[in-house]
Amino acid sequence: MSLDKDQVQHIATLARLSLADDEFAETVDKLSRIVDFVDQLSQAATADVVPMAHPLDAAQRLRSDQVTEPNIRDHVQENAPSTGNGLYLVPKVIE
Amino acid sequence: MSQALHTLTLTQLAAGLERGEFSSVELAEALLGRIEAHGQTLNAFVTVTAERALAAAKRADDVRSEGGAGVLNGLPLVHKDIFCTRDVLTTCGSRMLENFVSPYDATVVERLADAGAVVLGKTNMDEFAMGSSNETSYFGPVRNPWNLDCSPGGSSGGLAAAVAARLTPAATGTDTGGSIRQPAALTGTVGLKPTYGRVSRYGMIAFASSLDQAGVITRCSADAALLLGVMAGFDERDSTCIDHPVPDYVSALSGSLKGLRVGIVRQHFDEGLDAQTGVAVKDALAVLESQGAILTEVDLPNLDLSVPTYYVVAPAECSSNLSRFDGVRFGHRAENPEDLFDLYCRSRGEGFGAEVKRRIMTGTYVLSAGYYDAYYLKAQQVRQLIADDFRKAFADVDVIAGPTAPTPAFKLGDKTDDPITMYLNDIYTIGANLAGLPGISTPCGLVDGLPVGLHLVGPHWGEEIVLNCAHQYEQQTDWHQACPGDFQ
Repeated sequence: MSLDKDQVQHIATLARLSLADDEFAETVDKLSRIVDFVDQLSQAATADVVPMAHPLDAAQRLRSDQVTEPNIRDHVQENAPSTGNGLYLVPKVIE
Repeated sequence: MSQALHTLTLTQLAAGLERGEFSSVELAEALLGRIEAHGQTLNAFVTVTAERALAAAKRADDVRSEGGAGVLNGLPLVHKDIFCTRDVLTTCGSRMLENFVSPYDATVVERLADAGAVVLGKTNMDEFAMGSSNETSYFGPVRNPWNLDCSPGGSSGGLAAAVAARLTPAATGTDTGGSIRQPAALTGTVGLKPTYGRVSRYGMIAFASSLDQAGVITRCSADAALLLGVMAGFDERDSTCIDHPVPDYVSALSGSLKGLRVGIVRQHFDEGLDAQTGVAVKDALAVLESQGAILTEVDLPNLDLSVPTYYVVAPAECSSNLSRFDGVRFGHRAENPEDLFDLYCRSRGEGFGAEVKRRIMTGTYVLSAGYYDAYYLKAQQVRQLIADDFRKAFADVDVIAGPTAPTPAFKLGDKTDDPITMYLNDIYTIGANLAGLPGISTPCGLVDGLPVGLHLVGPHWGEEIVLNCAHQYEQQTDWHQACPGDFQ
């Protein structure tokens, strides 16, 4: 195993993912296999190779800083699990 | 009407509508009846939009009688459930978005609707397009019409099955590592992935933004050309969409293959390829040669590294893109969270399936402190080498031809235990995504009763070349007309 349980738990925490007990062992096993698999990249000779930024070498396009969309907050919030007064509600953050 | 409507291609249907042989409403009713009869057997659809389709078909008939009909007026199609549609569910095959209704239409959806297309429904897919067998969908696997025990491929499994079973003549899809071309090959349909930036990604739920591209699955290349002409073109709402002229793809289908330089990659025919699939593809190459194409061997020395490169780049981008699903603004939310951290972790843990979680975690790992250079930076360097290999090859050839997938359709459940075995399904298709190249798969044979595909990759903006090459091949062969027995 290239990854141990503690590493996998750390990654899950970074990714904000809870894993059920019965999926944890399988995740350790499969993630280890994936990491072992992509490790073969280390053998590639890449000295002086510029990492790809865009497949067509295109530059980031900019636009003028102008409002282009109307305010559809109420419509957008129809998808939210919990709202109040136009705000998104979450568990209390500040005691 | 001499032939049943479901057997006709988009191009044939357009001509029939134009001649008044049948109405758009009759056409929509016929196909909705097929979907009703076969949709559940295949589990191809997440949502069928019968009422909306009939209303749109009625409008299309009215517009036609008044004159001024769009190029796709009254023609039916389906969307992969990754494209946002206003007022209709967009699930992306995930529990996370089980109840999500987008406030806007994707550009692809909008453009096709403006051209008069009638949308029959939205199709099942691997969750967030992460999979090669349609088995990661929250809504269950799709079955292959050629053999119901087999996978139709993925991630565009639902639309590939629907087109193959003649439930719709055409469908939109997305391709990040082969998700249009591999299912097209496994279901005996035509699948086109355009050049990166050719079609707007606006409203297309993001998986890996530097690789994702919208395309189509159809029953022939002429239909793919027709649809691409409507979908392609600049869109200021997608910052990676490139402002490049859109040619008339349909008129590009008249070119002769005489003198066309077709590159063959030796490694494509190594031991990883099923022998009978290899024979079918070599037969297809001989057909191209008989049409005047010149076959030349080309070398893609870093091809072996394309799958591991992809499985660093794509998960890295997915871990970033999918961070938006936080249980706060939209999507699944866990019950009774203890605090905000618990809300995030359990909403995501419950809303995402196992494969999506693995990819997010792989991406999180390769981007994390201390590993970034060894994995992500390294992968983007190797990606450059792979793109350079293609660049050099296209100095000598016009198109690269080979198999689309290493085997015909495999049994459902056969590859779910080992992620690597599943990932290697895309070994021939992933290179085009890494380099941003257009590719098409067209049917080139049956192996033990299951379809296999010929894969053609062109240089950047070479859609006309691959479409014409596939179209000319289809004029010489009838594999693309083969229909699974139970769906005649």
